[in-house]
Order: sequence, then C-alpha cells, then structure tokens
Amino acid sequence: MQGLSYDVAHLLAGLLVLLSLMLLYQDRMYALLRFFAAHALVLALAVAWQAYIQDAPHLYITALIALVFKAVIIPGALHRIVQRLGIHKTIETVVGVGPTIMLGIALIALSILVMRPVTEQADVLTREDLAFALSVLLLGLLMMVTRRNAVSQIVGFMSLENGLILAATGAKGMPFVVEISIAFSVVIAFIVIGIFLFRIRERFDTVDVAALDRSRGERP
Amino acid sequence: MIGDLAAQLGVQLGQMTLVLILAPLLLGWVRRIKARLLRRRGPSIWQPYRDLLRLIRKEAVLAENASWLFRAVPYIVFAAIWVAAALVPTFATGLLFSWSADMIAIVALLGTARFFLALAGMDIGTSFGGLGASREMMIASVAEPAMIMVVFTLSLLAGSTQLSSVAEVMQGANVGLRVSLALALVALVIVAIAENGRIPVDNPATHLELTMVHEAMVLEYSGRHLAMIEFAAALKLVLYTSLIACVFVPWGLAAAGEGAVAYLGGIGSWMLKMFAGGVLLAVFETSVAKMRVFRVPEFLGAALMLGLLAMLLLFVSRGL
Repeated sequence: MQGLSYDVAHLLAGLLVLLSLMLLYQDRMYALLRFFAAHALVLALAVAWQAYIQDAPHLYITALIALVFKAVIIPGALHRIVQRLGIHKTIETVVGVGPTIMLGIALIALSILVMRPVTEQADVLTREDLAFALSVLLLGLLMMVTRRNAVSQIVGFMSLENGLILAATGAKGMPFVVEISIAFSVVIAFIVIGIFLFRIRERFDTVDVAALDRSRGERP
Repeated sequence: MIGDLAAQLGVQLGQMTLVLILAPLLLGWVRRIKARLLRRRGPSIWQPYRDLLRLIRKEAVLAENASWLFRAVPYIVFAAIWVAAALVPTFATGLLFSWSADMIAIVALLGTARFFLALAGMDIGTSFGGLGASREMMIASVAEPAMIMVVFTLSLLAGSTQLSSVAEVMQGANVGLRVSLALALVALVIVAIAENGRIPVDNPATHLELTMVHEAMVLEYSGRHLAMIEFAAALKLVLYTSLIACVFVPWGLAAAGEGAVAYLGGIGSWMLKMFAGGVLLAVFETSVAKMRVFRVPEFLGAALMLGLLAMLLLFVSRGL
C-alpha cells in the first residue's frame, strides 16, 4: 500500500510538471487554455490523492475548489475574454520555443538540486512533492517572463499558483485556513487581472504588454 | 562445459535465424493491417518475402561512378543491424551474445549502419542521394541523443546497461508505477518511429521527392543490394519492436538455460507482442498525417525533452 500510494502521488505530480512544460510550447491561444484546464484537473487529482493517503478530509475541499474554479470557471472565463476581445489566436513569445524548453528543463534540474539537500530529513513523499512543486512554480514564472500576451501571462500566473497548492498539500498539517485563503486570493487576483486586461485593451487596442512600455516611453 | 557452451550457442543462433525469418512477416503484417484499416484488401502478408526473392534474383545495376563503398554498404548495413538484433532479448534473456555488448553498443551499431547508408547515398553524386543523406543526418542528430537519454534512464533504474538485466529488473515486483518509465516509453516510441521512417516522419510507401528520406538515399540501389537494404529495414523494425517489448512488457520472456519448453513459451509470447505492436503501429500510422520535414526536429525534440525529464525525475524518486 505504501508503495502504491507513493507511486500514484509521484505519477500525478510528475504529470503536473510535464503539463507545465507543455504549456510553455503551446502556440495557439485555445490550446493553451485547454492545457491549462488539464493542468488544473491533474492538480485536483493530485490533491484528492493526497487527501486520501493523508486521511485529511479537508483536502478534498481544496481539490474541489481547484476543480471547479481552475479547471472549469477560469479557463471558461479566459475563453470568453479571448473571444470578446478578439485577441490574435497565435501567441507571440519573447524567446523561441527551443531555448524556452531548454531553460525550463534547466529550472527543473535546479529545483531538484535545491530541494534534495534541504529536505534530507523529510520523508520521501514530501521531498519529491516539494521538488515538483518548486519546478511547477518556476516554470509558471518562466512562462510569465517569456510571453508578451497578457492572457498567456495570466495562464502562467495561474499555473504558478497550482504549484503553490501542490506544495501546500504535500506538506502534512497545513492549516485549512491557509489553503482557503490561497484559493480565494487567486480568484481575487484573477478578477483584478481581468479588469486590468479590459483597461489595457480599452486604452491601447491590444493586450500585448509591450504597448505599456511604449506608453511609458521606455521603448520607441 | 563445452557441451553447455555449444547448447547456448545453438540457442543464440536459433534466435538470430528466427529474427531473420520473421522480419519480413512483421512488415507484411503491418502493411496488411494498414490496408484493411483503409478498407483496401491489401497484399498478402507473405508479399515482403516474394519481393525480397524477386530482388535477389534480379540483376544488380551499378552507376558508372560507383565506388567500392557503394557495393559494400548494403552488406555492412545488414550485418550491423543483424548483430544489433541478436543482442536484443527477443524471446529469452541472457542469451550468449547479450553479455558481450550493452544498450549503448546497440545504439552505436545502429548509428554505424545509418552512417554508412548516408555515405552510400552521397557516393553516386546524384542530388536525391545527397538530399536523403542530409535529411537522415538531421533526424539522427536529434533522435540519437534522445535514444541515449532513454538508455541512461533505464540503466539508472536497473543499475546496469545490459538489456538482459534491464528486462529482468522490469520483470521484478519492485519497479512500480513511475513517471520516468512512462516518459521513457513515449520517448522511445517517438525515436523508434523516426528511426524506422514510419509515417509522421517519413512514408515508407511513397516515392514523392518532397517527402522522401530513406527512399531517397537508396534510390540508386537495385537487385541484391536493394534486397539487403530492404531486409535490413525490416530487421530494424523487429529490433525496435522487440526492444520496446522486452523493456516495457517483459512478461513471458524466458530466462537463459530454462530449457526448450520455456523457450517455446517465450517465442509464443514474443510473436504475440510483435503482432500486437504491428497492429498498434498500423493504427497510429493511419490516424496521423505526415509531417513537414522541418517539423520533424520539433517532434524529435519532444522525445529528447521527455528523455531528459525522465532521467531528471529519477533523482527525486524513491530508491535512488
């Protein structure tokens, strides 16, 4: 039983890292949103599995929140935003796909290298969970840095936040209040960013954030 | 002692002959299934044997400026791939030759075959040969690192680069579900598709110049030389299918020295796996479209990425 519970947790967390990496090389807006929904779905499964093996029923609520908000509502809302704003269907990246993927793999290696010595005493499940969570987080950051479109930056932010939830549930005894507040702060952030997006669009007729730089006079 | 050795040698030679006999059958089987999926009747599954016989009987035509290399390459390619196929545990692990070389040697043998084929493509000096050779090298320059990554992943897991030991470890109970294995399987399948020139990368049934890779290189060959090259291609398909089968579905493999009954069981399960693999390949090939040549490095880059990731993830997993 110990072996199987570990294997499934490992499989789901690894799948989450793989999906983060796949988010990095999507070049279509709708495909990106679909992959993000899959990302959240896998996160919900991973959290539910943690709830089952840690015997912590409140984690099921976290899984449910992840499933409802991040796998259904947020991708749906982003889909509508993309449709209503008439955003260009292809995604422009700052760096090419190849270097981005290489950077992503280097970040995964880095997070594994960092997490291994730090968590020497922790049990093996927490250890790999933290390493995976850190790499999902860093990949989300990388995605926010390498995209010029505000919608895909939001997706990067949300996938970063998925990494936070994975870390929070992997550590035993994380208070429920903290998880709830993380979940709701993300929803608030989503709303704020959504309003922001409309404002940017209203003023500059595009959601390419490079327009903001031009407006501040930082770029000709 | 001597008798024991002779028996082992006999089994090994038997394996080599069996691989040789069954290679065209797998090719015929895949073509047959593909034809049925496209609602054509398709040729009989014995057709590749007839093709090979016909080619061997035919006269070999050589270009005027062909060097000795051009004549030697078909035999070199065939020999390298046959030896590599002898090293893969098909129906039994731990056969006599398998201890003399490991997975890295198999990759090297396949690389040698590819190198000589590319040389022969350029030897005549026609534009098609050069085009095919350069494309083949472009594919190989990504496929080979990906293959090496898979080899590293498997060797780290099993603690050995011997394919026989890897297969034995995989048969054991304490492997479990691992992300790394799933990633390595996908990477290996992508590499196998590219190396065998199957559909998303290269179409083995076409002679359309825009898309040819393998066919462009061997365009100048005829007669017994072409027969050798076609035979080597069929062997390579069997080799990769057996490689995937013996690592990821190792059940039913006999161990060395278990006697004739176990070997027969092993042969039965091996043939079942081959036919199942052929069906999967045919279904995959009919459901995807051929890629543009310049998309191929991206496709293989995914394999490289997966292989690298599989190896990295091993370091956080249990027991390593």
